[in-house]
Amino acid sequence: MTLAQVAEELRLEFLVRADPEAEVRGGYVSDLLSDVLAHAEPGELWLTHQRHLNVVAVAKLRKLSGVVFVRDLRPGPEVIQKANEEGVNLLVSAENAFHTAGKLHRLLFP
Amino acid sequence: MSLPGILRHREVFSVAGQDLEKAGTVSTEVQRVLRKLGVEPEVVRRAGIVCFEGEMNIALYTPGGRVILLVYDDRVELIFSDYGPGIPDIELARQPGYSTAPIWAREMGFGAGMGLPNMEANSDQLEIRSRPGEGTVIRAVIRRRKDDASTGGRGAST
Repeated sequence: MTLAQVAEELRLEFLVRADPEAEVRGGYVSDLLSDVLAHAEPGELWLTHQRHLNVVAVAKLRKLSGVVFVRDLRPGPEVIQKANEEGVNLLVSAENAFHTAGKLHRLLFP
Repeated sequence: MSLPGILRHREVFSVAGQDLEKAGTVSTEVQRVLRKLGVEPEVVRRAGIVCFEGEMNIALYTPGGRVILLVYDDRVELIFSDYGPGIPDIELARQPGYSTAPIWAREMGFGAGMGLPNMEANSDQLEIRSRPGEGTVIRAVIRRRKDDASTGGRGAST
């Protein structure tokens, strides 16, 4: 399923629409950067509370399909600018990590 | 110990200390350079992770340092050096879950105690030399296997 489809189904708001056709292969929920680097798989959608610049670097390094900031958390303009430069999709969910992950799981693995 | 091999590329990057916001840029740049040189995707992936963890350690714990990238025909080497406080007990620091990160860094998602284990899992050889009060030098060797398209080395299995 493409990121654009996921975003529509889960009512996620795009902050950076670098590649909305990216294939979402799964999800990963973590606030620990090293944990994401070690265990997230390419194509997964990363749900997190972290919203600083390093998030963009980690998402790019792991070739994730995008980053979803949960609970309506929003990063600063420098993060959005960096994600634009690096081609990393950024989205916001109005709901918390539990509900966002639950809906994503139901959508991807019905 | 140095290994034989033909050096194709050498580049030095500086890492500012106590600046986590900028940290992460070296690993992105290293990956860009490696891709441009035609290095195998799996090696680029592993080098990126090793570099990210290494530069984060410099940014978190030291006043600054540098990363040297050496690209040989048969391997990629990343050398991290700093003039920080050093690592008193290297064996302990290598243990998954062990961290001395301050609370402010943990709140940013650092300090999971997975930095050195991640570096180890994604390199074929990892040497750590450190003297308390003087600094630390870490050398990571990532072998290039021409037939190694997608699964590499020991992988990330921490």
